[in-house]
Amino acid sequence: MQDIFLERIRMFHGVIITFTIFFIIRLAFIQLIDDKNLEKSRNNAIKELIEYPSRGEIFDRKFRLMVHNQNLYEILVTPLEVEKGIDSAMLCSDLGIDFAYYTEIMRKARKTSVYKPYVFLKQVSAENHHRFQEHIFKYKGFYGQTRSIRAYPYSTGALLFGDISEIDSSQIKAFAAEGVNKYDYQSGDYIGKNGIELSYEKYLRGERGQTVVIVDAFNRIKGSYSNGEYDRKPKSGNDLIASIDVDLQNLGEELLTQKIGAIVAIEPSTGEVLAMCSSPTFDPNLLTGRSRNKYYPKLLLNKYKPLYNRAIQGTYPPGSTFKAITGLVSLQMGAIGPNFGYSCPGYYSIGRKSVKCSHRHPSCRNIEEGLTQSCNPYFCQVFRNAIEVPNSKRMQLDYDRWFRNIRRFGYGIKLGVDIKNEKRGNVPDTTYYNKVYNSSWRPTTVISLGIGQGEILATPLQMANSYCIIANRGYFITPHIIKRISMNGSLVVNKEYMRKITVPIAPTYYNHVIDGLESVVLRGTARSSAIDGIALCGKTGTAQNPHGEDHSLFVGFAPKDNPKIVVACIVENGGGGGGLAAPIVSLMVEKYLKGEIPSNRQGLKDRIKNRHIINFQLEDEPKPINEHKDSLVRRQ
Amino acid sequence: MNTRTVSSVVNRLDWTLITSYILLMLIGWITIYSAAYNPEKPNIFDFSMTYGKQFVWMIVSLFLAFIIINASSKIFSVFAYFYFFLTILMLILVFFFAKEVNGAKAWIDLGFFRLQPSEFAKLSTALVLSQFISELDSNLSNPKNLLLGIGICILPMGLVLAQHDMGSALVFLSFFFLLNRFGMSNYIIFAGFFLIIISILSLVLPPFVLIGMMFLLVLIFVFLNRNNRDINQIFTVGVIAILFVGVYSYSIDFVVKKLDRHQQDRINVLLGKGGNDWNVRQSKIAIGAGQIYGKGFKKGTQSKGNFLPAKDTDFIFCTIGEEWGFIGSVLVIGLMVFIMLRILYLAEKQKSKFAKVYGYAIVCILMIHYLINIGMTLGLVPVIGIPLPALSYGGSSLISFTVMIFAFIRMDSEKWIY
Repeated sequence: MQDIFLERIRMFHGVIITFTIFFIIRLAFIQLIDDKNLEKSRNNAIKELIEYPSRGEIFDRKFRLMVHNQNLYEILVTPLEVEKGIDSAMLCSDLGIDFAYYTEIMRKARKTSVYKPYVFLKQVSAENHHRFQEHIFKYKGFYGQTRSIRAYPYSTGALLFGDISEIDSSQIKAFAAEGVNKYDYQSGDYIGKNGIELSYEKYLRGERGQTVVIVDAFNRIKGSYSNGEYDRKPKSGNDLIASIDVDLQNLGEELLTQKIGAIVAIEPSTGEVLAMCSSPTFDPNLLTGRSRNKYYPKLLLNKYKPLYNRAIQGTYPPGSTFKAITGLVSLQMGAIGPNFGYSCPGYYSIGRKSVKCSHRHPSCRNIEEGLTQSCNPYFCQVFRNAIEVPNSKRMQLDYDRWFRNIRRFGYGIKLGVDIKNEKRGNVPDTTYYNKVYNSSWRPTTVISLGIGQGEILATPLQMANSYCIIANRGYFITPHIIKRISMNGSLVVNKEYMRKITVPIAPTYYNHVIDGLESVVLRGTARSSAIDGIALCGKTGTAQNPHGEDHSLFVGFAPKDNPKIVVACIVENGGGGGGLAAPIVSLMVEKYLKGEIPSNRQGLKDRIKNRHIINFQLEDEPKPINEHKDSLVRRQ
Repeated sequence: MNTRTVSSVVNRLDWTLITSYILLMLIGWITIYSAAYNPEKPNIFDFSMTYGKQFVWMIVSLFLAFIIINASSKIFSVFAYFYFFLTILMLILVFFFAKEVNGAKAWIDLGFFRLQPSEFAKLSTALVLSQFISELDSNLSNPKNLLLGIGICILPMGLVLAQHDMGSALVFLSFFFLLNRFGMSNYIIFAGFFLIIISILSLVLPPFVLIGMMFLLVLIFVFLNRNNRDINQIFTVGVIAILFVGVYSYSIDFVVKKLDRHQQDRINVLLGKGGNDWNVRQSKIAIGAGQIYGKGFKKGTQSKGNFLPAKDTDFIFCTIGEEWGFIGSVLVIGLMVFIMLRILYLAEKQKSKFAKVYGYAIVCILMIHYLINIGMTLGLVPVIGIPLPALSYGGSSLISFTVMIFAFIRMDSEKWIY
């Protein structure tokens, strides 16, 4: 039979071939031209599990562990895997959370992604985590993950070490803007926020590790990717050896109990900071773990500003402690000789005003006596001699010389200590005075600078450092808190903190001043602070404070020959320098040099400790603790 | 049967087609193994896994193929109506014993085997249509014959549609190509294409735009034929067409809303109107990730990570694309096209009308599976559940296709006898 429709086979050929051409073009497009699909399939199936490195730990100068890591746990939840009949009440009680929190987080987690793990609860204590693990088979979809936080076994040095917290997105963006992946921070990483944690961040943080795994559509791990070829072990951060002496640091914080103030102790020969206390302070453990959320705002808002490191940020008039510097500079400038004498009439008149002397005392035959008696008129005259040379046209030049010499002692400049936010204090220059006094100022206008009052402001660190120069008879090393960095099993020193910075003043002048500082303690304004068997040299200071009681200051070093320690102390509104600051320094020195405070001085220590100037409180009124249990009892 | 006749049967078989088909089947099996691979059950013969089961179905299929080769080719033509009756009965039984899988109620659970009657209905409909067409004294341009032929397609199609099995329904619709080949008017096919185009356009464009376009089209056509004797008739047809397009485009929205939720979704996804496009997205990612050479055997993360739904059944082509890349995909497509063209070539050589019609019938079936399935994985066609012949996992489908092909091979081996 003739097939009259034979040509209709072309319909079949046409359809098959046309569509096949379409298919091949389409295949070519998505497989050969569009190259995003490979990337997308990798994003789908390959997950990098981050392994956080353990952060470097910090030891004190005697290798006692001051800052270490403690494991905490995080609970993650994958909403899709959570079963309907989950015992949420039990989960809440195991984790110590309330049901409102549970529903809120579950809502957020579902909103984010039902397939992906969401952080359900951060920083779960070991105890809660243990209870959770016991019942984990009932909590399908929930699982734990460890994360470490900082811990401070000595509960000391809160501002010194600073704290860490999760990096925020703005910071990541800022780093990214500096350079592509320069710091390689990711959300969830911890970063030092201040103190040592901030300035040594690059050593402490270590390197993240990763395990690359293949996951399925439900984010379940199917196995290692490429046989672990891309896996990396996390690299721990470098440990740091601080120059801090824990005992001294503790004692300093103890002595400053309920006072506003600061103590800085430095080993003069090396510039190593032995203690750096700022008061009021707090237990650094409060800012780790979950309590951080509770205490951080309280600390931030407290009227005594406990987050303010007064040792490097507080600027105070150095008061009479500055007289030693005035004396040294004036001797070197040739303004006076060591035997310059001045009979104190009890005041020093400048026009209609006058500077009073603090107490009646015999006239000062030389600079030693001037320091011993802390005679204000004596040093006003010394300062005047330094900047008022008979030809009055040179006055500003002489002031400039004086100004430069003062700067050499570290006043008015940042010393470069290894924690950030150091203040520079203030030493006014001629430009400043010309501006304020319209160029018509005379030595008497600025006379109070000579006795550490007026515009001059210095941090306790600067004060301690300037006495290091005296103790060393002419040099200092930039004060620093970290003396060694542990790298690949060896301890590395920062070269910058090895360099001696000299202050060119004749050694004999130092000796005169040091003799004076010794007699301050032996028979002068700080005679009650002498230490048995240790030649303490120092200078009291009573900084006038227009807002209230005077600030009590003392800066000193010991022993006189080959000094081992310099301590500067300021107690705001603490009264005279001999009353509070001097005994604090003497106790610090004794503790450091003898290792112990002898029993006959324990009373002094307790008296100082119990002298409460402020009422610093972090806790609210205590609540009845067993409220919950009581209600249970009542119900039964 | 003596040795000589056996060897002569063997010699007369179309070994090209047999080799191609068995090759396709083996590729399918290996791909299922790779797609559904479970590291805890690494043995390809593990019968608790789909790859192990597929091996069983392959053996069963080849055993049936062996029987068919050795049986009389008459068993198909003589019992065609009986098979058809049997499968229609099974399709009805599905309503009472069905097990719902993926929204479709199409399986009868026999315990050891989940029977899918629609797969066998495809085969029996092909057979009954071949028998019907080959016994006609005239051809299908006769309206009575045509209506009967269409009726044979519509009956099983209606039943599978009622089971929400859209894929199988399309297979029965594909027999219109067969009807066309043997006499149905070209206009019906063109009208069908026209309808599909209008449907797609009316989903994309607002109705008035479509009517306007149609109006312009008719104007141009009338203008071009202005000297034609039948201008009045052309004009009338044009007006009717415009009216039809108007009504149709307004009603298509209504029809779409009548569809199942997931079907609406699939249409919207294809049109770029959003909706749940997980399947399509993941399937494109899988194929695209293969690039030119593919990720290699068992290295596809899309299938092993369960990102691909139905990775070893309807979406098996994605695994081929991901693991064997552009080259592998084109080769597999090429093999399938070759099989279809080979059957068409052989069909034209048949002396027996039954065998000839049957050849075309199975090309229709293979073609629609090929077009819809590959088109779906490439994101060109809405997601419709339909297996890829010989490649997708599934006992009913593999047995049905194997029997279908080997029946033709058996008929072909007798082409010189008649």
